[in-house]
Amino acid sequence: MKGQLILENGQRFTGKMFGDVRNIVGEIVFTTNMTGYQETLTDPSYAGQIVTMTFPLIGNYGINLDDSEAKHTNLKGFVVREKCDYPSNFRNEMNLDDYLSEEGVVGIEGIDTRALTRIIRDYGCMKAVIMQGEPSDDEVQALMATLDNSRVILETTTDESYVINQGGQPRVAFIDMGAKDGILRDLKKRGCEITVFRADASPEAILEINPDMVFLSNGPGDPLDAPGTVDTVKALIGKLPICGICMGHQIIGLALGCKTAKLKFGHHGGNHPVKYAETGICYITSQNHNYILTDYPDDVEEWFTNVNDGTCEGIRHKTLPIASVQFHPEASPGPLDSGWLFDRFLKEVY
Amino acid sequence: MPLNKSIKKVLVIGSGPIVIGQAAEFDYSGTQACRAIEEEGIEVVLVNSNPATIMTDRDIASDTYIEPLTAEYIEKIIARERPDSCIAGMGGQTGLNLACELYDKGIFQKYGVNVIGTSIESIKEGEDRDSFKRLMERTNQPIAPSEIVTTMEDGRTFAEKIGYPVIVRPAYTLGGTGGGIAQTPEELETILAQGLHLSRVGQVLLEKSIAGWKEIEFEVMRDGAGNCITVCPMENIDPVGVHTGDSIVVAPTLTLADKEFQMLRKAAIDIINSIEIKGGCNVQFALNPNSFEYAVIEINPRVSRSSALASKATGYPIAKIAAKIALGYNLDEITNAVTGKTYACFEPTIDYVVTKIPKWPFDKFFGARRKLGTKMMATGEIMSIGNSFEASLLKGIRSLEIKQYTLERESSKKRSIKELRARVQVPDDERLFDLAELIRRRYNIEMIHELTGIDMFFLKHIQNIVEAEEALKHITINTIDADTMKHYKKMGFSDRGMSQLMGCHVDEVYAKRMSFDVKPVYKMVDTCAGEFEAVSPYYYSTYDEITESFPSDKKKVVVIGSGPIRIGQGIEFDYCSVHSVMALEKAGVETIIINNNPETVSTDFDTSDKLYFEPLTEEDVYNIICLEKPDGVILQFGGQTAIKLANFLAEMNVPVLGTQPKYIDEAEDREKFDDMLEKLNIKRPKGKAVWTVEEGVEVANELEYPLLVRPSYVLGGQGMEITRNEQSLIRYLEDAFKKDTKNPVLIDRYLGGREIEVDAICDGTDVLIPGVMEHLERAGIHSGDSVSIYPPQHIPDHIIKKIEDVTYRIALELKVIGMINIQFIEYRDELYIIEVNPRSSRTVPYITKVTSVPVIDIATRIMLGEKLKDMGYKTGIAPITNTVAVKVPIFSTEKLPQVEVTLGPEMRSTGEVLGVGYTFEEAMYKGFMAAKTSIPHKGSTILATIRDIDKEDFLPYARRCYEHGCKFIATSGTAKFLRDNGIACQLAKKIAEGVPNLLDLLRSGIVDMIIDIPSKTNDVNSDSFKIRRVAIESDISIMTSLDTFGALVDVMEHSFTTDKLNTISLNDIKPVEE
Repeated sequence: MKGQLILENGQRFTGKMFGDVRNIVGEIVFTTNMTGYQETLTDPSYAGQIVTMTFPLIGNYGINLDDSEAKHTNLKGFVVREKCDYPSNFRNEMNLDDYLSEEGVVGIEGIDTRALTRIIRDYGCMKAVIMQGEPSDDEVQALMATLDNSRVILETTTDESYVINQGGQPRVAFIDMGAKDGILRDLKKRGCEITVFRADASPEAILEINPDMVFLSNGPGDPLDAPGTVDTVKALIGKLPICGICMGHQIIGLALGCKTAKLKFGHHGGNHPVKYAETGICYITSQNHNYILTDYPDDVEEWFTNVNDGTCEGIRHKTLPIASVQFHPEASPGPLDSGWLFDRFLKEVY
Repeated sequence: MPLNKSIKKVLVIGSGPIVIGQAAEFDYSGTQACRAIEEEGIEVVLVNSNPATIMTDRDIASDTYIEPLTAEYIEKIIARERPDSCIAGMGGQTGLNLACELYDKGIFQKYGVNVIGTSIESIKEGEDRDSFKRLMERTNQPIAPSEIVTTMEDGRTFAEKIGYPVIVRPAYTLGGTGGGIAQTPEELETILAQGLHLSRVGQVLLEKSIAGWKEIEFEVMRDGAGNCITVCPMENIDPVGVHTGDSIVVAPTLTLADKEFQMLRKAAIDIINSIEIKGGCNVQFALNPNSFEYAVIEINPRVSRSSALASKATGYPIAKIAAKIALGYNLDEITNAVTGKTYACFEPTIDYVVTKIPKWPFDKFFGARRKLGTKMMATGEIMSIGNSFEASLLKGIRSLEIKQYTLERESSKKRSIKELRARVQVPDDERLFDLAELIRRRYNIEMIHELTGIDMFFLKHIQNIVEAEEALKHITINTIDADTMKHYKKMGFSDRGMSQLMGCHVDEVYAKRMSFDVKPVYKMVDTCAGEFEAVSPYYYSTYDEITESFPSDKKKVVVIGSGPIRIGQGIEFDYCSVHSVMALEKAGVETIIINNNPETVSTDFDTSDKLYFEPLTEEDVYNIICLEKPDGVILQFGGQTAIKLANFLAEMNVPVLGTQPKYIDEAEDREKFDDMLEKLNIKRPKGKAVWTVEEGVEVANELEYPLLVRPSYVLGGQGMEITRNEQSLIRYLEDAFKKDTKNPVLIDRYLGGREIEVDAICDGTDVLIPGVMEHLERAGIHSGDSVSIYPPQHIPDHIIKKIEDVTYRIALELKVIGMINIQFIEYRDELYIIEVNPRSSRTVPYITKVTSVPVIDIATRIMLGEKLKDMGYKTGIAPITNTVAVKVPIFSTEKLPQVEVTLGPEMRSTGEVLGVGYTFEEAMYKGFMAAKTSIPHKGSTILATIRDIDKEDFLPYARRCYEHGCKFIATSGTAKFLRDNGIACQLAKKIAEGVPNLLDLLRSGIVDMIIDIPSKTNDVNSDSFKIRRVAIESDISIMTSLDTFGALVDVMEHSFTTDKLNTISLNDIKPVEE
């Protein structure tokens, strides 16, 4: 099925649609990970977005249900240069096309993804549609106008609160804003009992379980759209150790009085160097974010810094047990170099 | 930490001559490292015996010593130069071993030299098999069950314990020399014996075979602070069992899921953190295709062939960064030169598929056993970039210059399906085509996967190509439509490949393609998949819509590179291409290089203004020319690869700089060339083409024996032989006409005189001859395999005058603008011409360095329109220098089973070393020393076996050796001859005469040197062939030319020792004012 990817700036790319073929609108971003397309597909932080892979061959090793980062995919569209129809890997369970159909994701292949990436780099993040055939400009405009990503956090957070690894230590109150399973896996691996709360959970509900710490997950969209989570965190400051990753980090920052800013095209990939203020050592990290923290108050210090563009990659409170990072120590996909941070976070408890 | 200010002068040890397993990649990395150090204002003292390299140029290091790479000799250089530091990992295994030796012997300590970068202790942890094993245990990294053995007995016992097949890996050797896979106890016996012998420390690792697992490599960088990054994961298409240098490799890995990928990446980082690498390190893994099980195969704590490939595949300059780290910098303090913004502390990400295919020398060595295994056999490699696997592979195949434009190969087509099935299980250079042919015959590809272990991903993509090829056979040039054309071009097919499949002329495909307006665009290699804007990128073609290469309106020139390193066309041509670019740059011209060799300096991202990493076929080159519209194209420096484009470019009206294609053709075409010589009244050895045996015998009688005979359809001396009587001529002719009835055999008078060679520069009016080179061996041995001496030692003045005169006349007649190479024979006081090459030659780097005439610089300026006189150069032969330099060829025959060792008309050498001295003998001694030829001394044992016609010539040399105190062992004929002439001699039994025979003597280690002048070569069953092979494999010096032996005897009588030798840097070489 012939289809087009059309950007907000009018640029059209023609390709072949696959997966769940229909018309969709989303915010377009690119990721530079060469492997890990399955983790990308299932990362809830991509909710509401159309993701393009800069690596041209996607689907080579198929899909195995164990590597998913959430129960379902959350992104809207998936743009590749060439999808692989005959994957090869000992864990391969199905191919990309069939998986996208199953998950209701629109795919388009045969796109000059390098040209597309350069446009996103130069123009910044923008809206895009994937549509069947050759739609008219009016049809494109009409569909673009419907994009509203302001509720993506509520759409990806857990429906109900639940507990993982009951009886474990320490006891973590985990605020799910669209969490990757990898974070939960890493906490569980370290023996934590994790009570997962919805993104709009109240501070009282959290305090009621008397946790040892609060952990805020990653999540999609603009942190300012988070449903009261910033206020919840504000209410917990000084009462509990608080840690977070990605959007969780942004929410903690906002609660401490930082501001957020939107990057031109974000950081999406597995090769971003960050420098750790405590040792001066750099780590290669997995990243997936469009927003960053800026303007910290005096009691907050920069903990990690992006080596490429100098943006904030982590903060720490000078006196309270509060620390968070913008990147993904849980990897999945991406390098495992900063996995030690989970141990570091848990130290905040003691 | 920033720059370590205490470093003022750094010693860099190069990798020496090009041999199989250690090629141009170390010129690339060494040059990059030297430049990275010098740009910090730190002096570099460079030692490398290889004169063909860019790194040994005068302007790369502060002081360059093209001198023998031995610890004793380097100590002399250290004593003279007093460097404060040494960087160990830039000269391949050779450089690394020498650094270890200098360290172990306390020489570094004695002179206060610090090893910067990765420490010797760390190097040893990675290199020494035993400590490697302990390291793996310490870091919890799995390795295949293995044991270090130092005796045959231990080897046998361990092999019984782990079971066959067993992999044998000697410690401290390069390219897996001396290693192999033993399937049976008998095979173990042979391989282990050789391995024990060749290892510098007599250590061999026996290892359980994990053949069939995926072979994955990582290049890792680490700085002194502990920052760690990986540059590029690479996947071998051939599973474990084939040396990575002989494997087709793709980057990045294509069949690993993120979990497997990150597991190996983390393991790589954990390992190099543990041994505290400061610089680059290569880590090789075997990964079980059916689980997460893996094993670390080996680590190389230095730059390597793989690091060169990773650098070119990603744009990340590993050697440069490693050098900066050694100087004290951390990764986050070094700017990424490609983006100009980001830092070296990041991981390149790529958005294309890179394929590396080895270039094997089997076209030169018909007799060689082509089976690929753990010993590397490739002399070079190509790299191709495409945005699909198919496009990358197809580009790669046509880059190899093996006349393949599709996966359909004539030799594979002729094989039965059963033969094909058998062949794909034993990897060789044709396996890819045999695989494709099996798929074409609809053989079950799952079964191919079972038989070969090649991942289904690759097989399926090869199947895609095969199916596309088959489909194209049903389409004609008249029926093909625009979409189909575009589809095939996107997939990577060439016009020529398509024309072959559609059965039409390549021009028709081109015309049709133009009528559809299907043209390539060019994408960047930028280290970051487009995330950041790049300032110093390079390009590859795709058939997309949007291009990223925009031609400037400056004056610009394209320099065509020389493709993969092969025997006969080596690193010398890369030297020439790079120098031409440098000269163009100085002249203010924008420079564009097209080349496909990832090992070279020419394909470094900052060598030229623009680099196109593309095949060097007519189509691929022309596409770039159409886009760039250069003011000129330079072909003279890219060897035959570039020269063979001359006629095509002329037809397409592309301006070729320098000698015009018409005249190039005149020199290349034998008939036109003969006519020209006749016209100029210049002699060449008489000859004729014959079509029958009878005609041959008749012609032979006219010309008189000995004769040089060769088939007319091959180049480069293949199948060439010297026949001395009618009987052997008849045998040769009968054989030749049986093989090929359609082409004549060329019979030339063989003149056993002195060979002389010149490289000259001509501006159309005047000629400059930087130097005349005399060959040590008499005619009949390929010029590339001869010892070449500058300035000439034995040529009378009137002959030199004549050489000058003839060179002038030929250069002017051929309207040469730029370079010309002429080979002469001086025979009975007459001068004959044997060959003219209208281009730069193999000897140019050597002659440039030993004469200090900047040959390529001058030639390039002439091509841009300057005149010799205006540049201030005298014409004629340049003044000779105060030193004598000899270029000694280096062979890799020990790496190539069943290849003939004897020197002959076919070129066999892979590299060269230089000996520089104030006398001929000193130069020759250093040359032999650099070539690791053992020089006989009192008490040495020489094994001699000399054919009858040379016995008399041998006698004086034998006598001198005898008088010097050498002992002889000889075969019966030679022994009798020596005894008859009063030279005592031990008789050696022939192989059939029982034990202990010749071979036993050789293996026993009592023989120091062999002089073997065989009457017949290339006969694998003969005693003499076996002797030579055993000698080579046992690392015993062997001479197969009396002339070389004569020089050796001269040198022997001088009784040189290292302490008596002069250290001569390039700065010491000066012209002698007349």
